[in-house]
Order: sequence, then structure tokens, then C-alpha cells
Amino acid sequence: MKAIGIILAGGNSSRMQELTSRRAIAAMPVAGSYRSVDFSLSNMTNSHIQKVAVLTQYSSRSLHEHLNSSKWWDFGRKQGGLYLFAPTITQENGFWYRGTADAMYQNLDFLRNSHEPYVVIASGDGVYKLDYNQVINRHIDTQADITVVVTKLPEGRDNSRFGTVAIDDEDRIIEFEEKPLQSENRLVSTGIYVVRRRLLIELLERCIADNNYDFVRGVLMRYKTSKRICAYLMEGYWSNIATVEDYFRTNMDFLKPDIRDYFFRQYPDIYSKVDDLPPAKYNPDAVVRNSLIASGCIVNGVVENSVLFKKVYVGNNVTIKNSIILNDVHICDNTYIENCIVESRDTIHSDRRIVGEGKILIVDEKADRYGL
Amino acid sequence: MIAMLLAGGQGSRLGVLTQSVAKPAVGFGGKYRIIDFPLSNCINSGVDTVGVLTQYQPLRLNTHIGIGIPWDLDRNIGGVSILPPYEKSTNAEWYTGTANAIYQNLRFMEYYNPEYVLVLGGDHIYKMDYEEMLDFHKRNNADVTIATIPVPWEEASRFGVVITDDEMRIREFEEKPANPRSNLASMGIYIFTWKVLREALVTLSEQEGCDFGKHIIPYCHNRGDRIFAYEFNGYWRDVGTLGSYWAANMELIDIVPVFDLYDEYWKIYTKGEVIRPQYIAENAVINRAIIGEGTEVYGEVHNSVIGEGVTIGEGAVVRDSIIMKGTSIGKGTYVEKGIIAENVVIGDDCKLGVGEEVPNTWKPHIYSEGLVTIGEDTVVPNGVTIGKNTVILGGTSEDDYPGGVLESGASLIKAGDES
Repeated sequence: MKAIGIILAGGNSSRMQELTSRRAIAAMPVAGSYRSVDFSLSNMTNSHIQKVAVLTQYSSRSLHEHLNSSKWWDFGRKQGGLYLFAPTITQENGFWYRGTADAMYQNLDFLRNSHEPYVVIASGDGVYKLDYNQVINRHIDTQADITVVVTKLPEGRDNSRFGTVAIDDEDRIIEFEEKPLQSENRLVSTGIYVVRRRLLIELLERCIADNNYDFVRGVLMRYKTSKRICAYLMEGYWSNIATVEDYFRTNMDFLKPDIRDYFFRQYPDIYSKVDDLPPAKYNPDAVVRNSLIASGCIVNGVVENSVLFKKVYVGNNVTIKNSIILNDVHICDNTYIENCIVESRDTIHSDRRIVGEGKILIVDEKADRYGL
Repeated sequence: MIAMLLAGGQGSRLGVLTQSVAKPAVGFGGKYRIIDFPLSNCINSGVDTVGVLTQYQPLRLNTHIGIGIPWDLDRNIGGVSILPPYEKSTNAEWYTGTANAIYQNLRFMEYYNPEYVLVLGGDHIYKMDYEEMLDFHKRNNADVTIATIPVPWEEASRFGVVITDDEMRIREFEEKPANPRSNLASMGIYIFTWKVLREALVTLSEQEGCDFGKHIIPYCHNRGDRIFAYEFNGYWRDVGTLGSYWAANMELIDIVPVFDLYDEYWKIYTKGEVIRPQYIAENAVINRAIIGEGTEVYGEVHNSVIGEGVTIGEGAVVRDSIIMKGTSIGKGTYVEKGIIAENVVIGDDCKLGVGEEVPNTWKPHIYSEGLVTIGEDTVVPNGVTIGKNTVILGGTSEDDYPGGVLESGASLIKAGDES
């Protein structure tokens, strides 16, 4: 075993609006049947990384529930396994994770007590497939100190919330810019890093000693000249879901045949917790066009260009267009929904008309089904 | 209480569906296998020690059950154990009957030394709380309790019925009576007080093909044991023939199905092999169907049960059919009343289940009711027409269809033991 994994899943983003008021971004449902963290976790398994720590902090209940058994990702092993690290108060430390570097620093024992030479650091909010071994091999070949996985953002996509990088002929990163205000640079960091375990321990210790708690600022930007930081260009699909627009677009991307084929049909698979739901059921008046429907749904109405997550009930004479309906939503009769993201476990009453005008509307209503 | 689940039968009346899998491992209801129903009933009833007796074509069954994770039967103590026939120092024999199979696993039961033993078949679709039946057994201080279901009087002569007194104690048994005096039919589910079962099995151990219905129960009855009939009034379907198997699947797509898979309080568990959602394309039409995970529908689906990871091509029409896991239906193909098993490839522009209804010439009692039955891993080439009451198994090519047609009533077997 060459590497251990760390998945940074503690984050929150105000750009997710109400969607992360209930859960960490890493626990956001994606593509009908998955949670965001499934992608990084499955990549770890598929790269034969058997020991993985998920660092959680913000609103972690939903994430912990999702990860309550490691067997779905094949981490139920005697060697290694899945570790969930939420901040704890110890004799030496009484802080929350003050940043990504601090989160790893507070779990330095996990790094110290491992014997694998490399660490793969990934984030829980990326939707992608990547064989981390390819990155590790490149890391070794280029004799890098740190390798940063970068991707070329498609034209027209806003790069202002990412870290952009500039590289030289040998893929060495010469410039880092966090959240550029005006930049034509399309090359952005995906938040996936490979670094030697011993070096990481050393860098984190120095970083924290300087009261620097962020991995990007305290390590990558600080050491960009003194250490050899190289870029690995990822060619396949990559999307970060941490804004409402990107979350919506990422889900809708799965309606495209090539993306569906890439994630659903091509080797390797993405794994997720199994929910024991029955097949989806379509009653006589159901009309469904260009939509993804997850298991346990019952459809009586019209669904167009939408993604229905697990266990959604669509009543009679209901129309859903261009929307995302999250898990376990009950939509009563004669309701019209367009351009919306409907929160998990909502009950939408009958005869409603909910339309996001010009932008995506987040619908978060009381789950009064369970209050009765 | 421990359960002994008899899953070794072939289920020959399901024809090519059980060519290479035991009947309990045949797919059902879009994502399940038949054995999921008794196994889920066990765990939902709090029975967490289950022996599964296998014999006929056990591979699919073994891989499906594994260590019992989907049913929460991966336990430190108990859980699920697969019990195939095995060689002994003095003799080696197959399971020759239902009770003989249980007898050969006497040591398994002795190891757990339970107070009661539940004996089940692996071939019915139902939800039943075995704990309620056990309460009934205890309340009556019974030696044996047989689960029974009231059947319509006109059909009672097809079943083994029991005649009870006012306290539900069984006084007489009648096997397929011409003039039935009772309509309580045995469901093949028994609870035995362990000591009673053990004694009966040991006493009848020399009996050739020892069977519960034929030997053990009559033996207990003649001995004067307290045998009671537990009346079950829920949904229960025998899916032993292609016709009943097809009908039970079709019942699932009623608007309010008599058998509710969506019940939160009695979930049916299975080994989910596909997680991804299903995709319904722009021009697809779906009218009354249940569809499993990961299926992609580009054509039309009417009144059908579609499994996991199926592809239904553009312009294809599937009507009144069962299509199992991993099968693909080509573009422009028409399927009516088909039972199409797993991983079948049907070419483009085919017509299945058309023409006049003619009895099957090979096995008229199995392939009937106008169904087209297609076995696992079969390949059907483009552009062929297939009639009613037909059966196809194996990789077929254009040469197998003279004039591009397989007439109604014909059979085409290119794989398996009978090819």
C-alpha cells in the first residue's frame, strides 16, 4: 500500500444558501442516488487506498449518518478502514478545526501512526473519477514535494471562487492565486494533493507554529518557491458543487449521455450507501421525459428535464420541470414546480405553483408529514 | 427459534428460467430474487439464525446471499449459513426430500439447540410475521403448527387442505381432495417444537425421500401430536409456474398494489448490485410500470416490470412483460407478454409474442398462456419475429429462424443441458 487518504469534508459555504443549513457540503445528494463524498471515497477504494480519514466539522450529522458503515465503499477491512475525525477537545487543544491545515494537524497521530509513504488529500465536494495512483506515479516521476491536481475550467465558467495556478514547462507551479478577481487563467486547483507523509507532518507542524491554519495559504503559497510543487492535469469530468449554480448544473450534467456513460457505465463504479428501496413506480398518468429517477419514487404526474432523488412521491396532475427534487419529498396533487431545488423531506401541498424566475429557487418547507 | 429455508429445488415448471439457477434465485419484481421474501420475513420477524439448504444450481444463490449483509444476517452468533449436501464417513447422498435435507443437517440445529424450528420454502411471495405464528404455537402448546391460507372453495381441490376443530387443532389432512371439506390450504411453512422434530427426523431417517408433507406430518399426526393450523390472511402467491410468476409480477404495477413493496414497516431487502438512478429519455413513454435502478428507457413501456440496468432502445415497445436485470431490448423491437431473463440481448426491429396462439409443441404445460419465455444470456438477432407460447435459450443467429420467423408454439434451445 503506497498511500493513505484524507478527505476534507468539514466545509460549509454561504454560496450554497439554505442547502447547507442542514448538512455539510460533502453530504449533499448528487445525481439521484449519491452523496458528494461518495465520489472521493469511491476513488480512494478504486485506487486501492485502504486507509482513509474523513475530517468533518460543520453540520456533520447527515454525513456521519451516511458513513455510519464503511462496508458500502469496501472499507470494512482488518487492514486500514474508514476513520471519521470530528474535532475533539484534548489536553493540548480546545479548538475547532481552524482551517484545513489545522484539521489535519489536529489528527497528526493518524499520519504519524501510518506507515504508508504517501498521503492523498481530497475534498468531499468534488464530482469526478480519478485514479490517485496515476497522480502518485507522476509525483514520484517528477520528484515533486507536493503535487496539486489541476483541471482546465471550461470557457465561460466562473473561476473566481477557485485557486488558479500558473505552471512552467515542467508542470511546476510558479504562481498561485486564490479566488482571482480578474483572471483569464482557466487552470484551477481541484483541492486534491499528493504529498509524502513525513513531509506533510513537517509542513503542518511548521504551518501551525506560524499560526497559519489554511493548507493553501500556509503551505502551498508559502512554499511555492522553496519546495517543488507540481501540477497534475486531470482530463476527465470534474465539478465542484459548492455553489447553488454549480450544484444545479452538476446534477443536470447527468442528463447528458456522455456524462452518464462516464460515471454510470464505465469502469470503475461509484459506490454509495444502499438504501433498500423498491424500484421506481410509474402509474398510468405519469409522463417522464429526459429525467433521472432514483429508486423508491412513485410518479403520477409529469416530470421533465429533472432529477428526482430517492423516494420522491409525485402526485396526480403535478408538473415538475427543470428541477431537482431531493430525497423523500412528497408533492401533493395539482402542483407546478419549475426551476427549483426542493429540499429533502419536504412536503409540498396541493395546488401550489412554485417557479424560480430567472434563477434557481430553493424550496425549503416544513416536513409536516412527520409532525402529524 | 431458528429457521431452515429449503432452497434446493429446481422449480422445473419455470422452464428455462431455472435452467442454470435454483428457483429461489430467480429475479422478481424489478430488483428482487424470490428468496428475498422469506429471508426478509425472517429478519423482520426477529429470526436471525437461518440455514439455507441448497442443492440444485446453487451458484447464483450463494453469490446473492454471501454472508447475509443485505438482510442484516451477518452476525457474530447465528446469521445465515448455506447448507449444501455433504459427504459423510459412511455414505454420501444428495438431499432426497425436504425432511431428508433437514435431517442431514441435524448437527447444525443441535449446535444452536433452539426451542423451536421454523421450516420454510424459498419459493413464495408473501410478507408474514413468523413471530405471530410462534406465539400461536406457544399459546396452543403445540408440537407442530402449519401455516394455512384460505383459498377459494372451487380451487381447494388443487391444494393439500387441513380439517380443523374449533380450536384450530388439525384433525385430518386431505391431499388434493375431489370434494374438499375445508378451504384451508397448507402453505408449506411449519413451526416444530425442536424435540418433536428431532425425534421424528431420527425415527424416519431411513425413509426414502423423506418429505414433510408425505412423511413427517402424517407420522406426527398418527402419533397424536398436537398439530395446529395457523390461519394467514395476507398476500401469498405461489410463483411455481410461468403463468403464476407472470401474474404475480403484474400485480405489483396496480395503482394500489395488493402487495406493497413501498411499506416502510416491512421492508424487503435484497443485494442491490446497481446504485445509479434510472434515466427516462426525451421520447420515452411509460405507462404503468415498475423499473429498477440504472435502467435506461428510450422507447415505450406499458404494464411491465423492468429490472436493474436494462436498456430499452429507441422506438421499442414493451407491453405486459417482465424484463430482468442487465437485458437490452433493441431499437424498434416490439415485445408482448414476454418473460425475458437476465443479460439477454434482443436485436433491433424484432417482434416478440405476436401471431396466433398455438400450444407449445415441446412442453405445452410449461410454455403456455401466450407467453414468450427467453432464458438467461440468450441472444436474439435483429429483425426476427417470434410467436406466442415460445421459448428461446442460448446464442441464436439468423440461421435459427427460417424466414426470420420462430412460429408460435416452437422452441429454440441452443444452450444448457437439453440443447
